[in-house]
Amino acid sequence: MLKSKLEQSLRKSLHTFINILPIIIGMLLLTSLAITFFPKMISPELFGQYEIVDVLLGSSLGSIAAGHPLVSYILGGELINEGVSLFVVTALIVSWVTVGVVQLPAEALMLGRRFALVRNLVCFLSAIAISYLTVYTMRLIG
Amino acid sequence: MKKQNKKRGGTGGWIFLAVVLGIYGLSGIIDASQTSRAIASFMQLLDKVLPVLVLVFLLIFVIDLFLNPKRIETYLGQKSGIKGWLVAIIGGILATGPIYAWYAVLSELKQKGMRASLVAVFLYSRAVKLPLLPLLVHYFGIHYTMVLVLYLVIFSLISGLVMERVEANV
Repeated sequence: MLKSKLEQSLRKSLHTFINILPIIIGMLLLTSLAITFFPKMISPELFGQYEIVDVLLGSSLGSIAAGHPLVSYILGGELINEGVSLFVVTALIVSWVTVGVVQLPAEALMLGRRFALVRNLVCFLSAIAISYLTVYTMRLIG
Repeated sequence: MKKQNKKRGGTGGWIFLAVVLGIYGLSGIIDASQTSRAIASFMQLLDKVLPVLVLVFLLIFVIDLFLNPKRIETYLGQKSGIKGWLVAIIGGILATGPIYAWYAVLSELKQKGMRASLVAVFLYSRAVKLPLLPLLVHYFGIHYTMVLVLYLVIFSLISGLVMERVEANV
């Protein structure tokens, strides 16, 4: 009985795993492409327009970026040293870890298209909200 | 649920991989050196992700073996209440590895009865990277880190509530 259940579960899990493998390989390939092409595009010169435009830009860049979150901290630190506002940097580092444009196809395939689209949109908007809330809270607490 | 299974298990994944390989082909024509750098980066990533993939397989196997829909309903389903939200937040914060590896595990749990809102909470809570907190403190200070983490947890709950509404309207 237990052996049969084990065999059945193993077969089912293997089948599920083989089906998700092309999605994961595809994701790794896309992520590698984004890591290679992307971080060099983010520079302080991109910012310095209207604050809300900069925040939107920071949030958008973070959404497309797919590298390790540590990269966003280092990049954020450099941007702050170059005079970019904390609103923009916060939007960038929050969207970097919450929104996944590169991962969107994989998320849609495995969790449903509607779920993936709405969730990422919510995360994008919340990155903007968090950037303002965090900086204003920081100002309040001194 | 059958539809979800079909989506995940069908040819969608292979089509996706073919499209990505097509993008690589185009990228190779436009900028061969950057593309070869991307391929080298892929090999490095693959090396790092392989142990995680083994973990993902084991998790799928364990979920199938031990977690029946009734048990998932208790901890992560409609009747899970505050316990479910807490499990999702803590699970998300503690979860390591690339996010796409977790999609497979969450998809399995969702098919067995996990609430969509809790899937969203779990995915959002992953933004709190415990091992990286000292670095965040180093770059931005302790107060900034504490405030940011607090808002990330609050917004993980908000994202869950929004997703619950959205899924209820389907």
